[in-house]
Amino acid sequence: MDIATSRAGDSLVVRVNDTRIDASVAIAFKEAVRRAADAAGNPVILDLGRVRFIDSSGLGAVVAVMKLLAPDRKLELAALTPPVDKVFRLTRMDSVFTIHPQPPGDLQATA
Amino acid sequence: MAGRVAGSGGWGGSGGPVRPTRRQPVHPFDTAFSGATLFHRRFVARDETTRHVLQDLIACLGQADVPPKAIANAELILAEILNNVVEHAYAGRAGLIELWLSAKTDGLVCNIADQGQPFPGGAMPKADLPPVSPPDNVPEGGFGWHIIRSLAVGLHYRRRGDWNLLTLEVPLG
Repeated sequence: MDIATSRAGDSLVVRVNDTRIDASVAIAFKEAVRRAADAAGNPVILDLGRVRFIDSSGLGAVVAVMKLLAPDRKLELAALTPPVDKVFRLTRMDSVFTIHPQPPGDLQATA
Repeated sequence: MAGRVAGSGGWGGSGGPVRPTRRQPVHPFDTAFSGATLFHRRFVARDETTRHVLQDLIACLGQADVPPKAIANAELILAEILNNVVEHAYAGRAGLIELWLSAKTDGLVCNIADQGQPFPGGAMPKADLPPVSPPDNVPEGGFGWHIIRSLAVGLHYRRRGDWNLLTLEVPLG
């Protein structure tokens, strides 16, 4: 799982460079984000702008990361592509997470 | 004889009872599958093969000029169905999955077959979302059948011999 981290103000931005978060990578995703979040910064903002597909296993992994960070740190989401946004809305998980249109400090629109 | 999905072709509607044997299972779909087949794969049930088959599928549907929204819905629905087969029907054991898609004027007809365990109680799970009351109670699973039932129509399940046969349609509209 290809993950990149950067700081933006107080936030730790964790960008997922892979295009799919599905059952075959859900565990690796969870582990990679957990390790990435060893770096300082709060909230942790998960930049999903490059992710074109997520299934319920991937969604579960995102929830698992949120729980791992709680209660000291908050997990927020950014740049959901339409198919990813649809999964969050269908499952009403869009009501659980703070969702930003873009990651902080990102002036380029995600394609 | 299980009913057929209207207008979709369906499985084995006129072939009489199928006689599966352990050594050489009779394939229940060799007959009476009508309609132009867009996609067909037989593969080992594993999360990795699900990923590869779905990537092949979306490329195939794109070339067939299926609308992007229907392709995205088919990918998500079938991901949830296939994940369910891997995780629950076969529960980590080796087994085969067979997947067919054909086109109707208003939808994609998807047929999925496996030889894993039948659904508990012989019926597909309901669409209920697990209860959500953040921050203390946020579920990590239990979303799959809600997604499937939200996006697919004409869901039909039957057990024939030792096969699970599932048919659904992805609307094109």
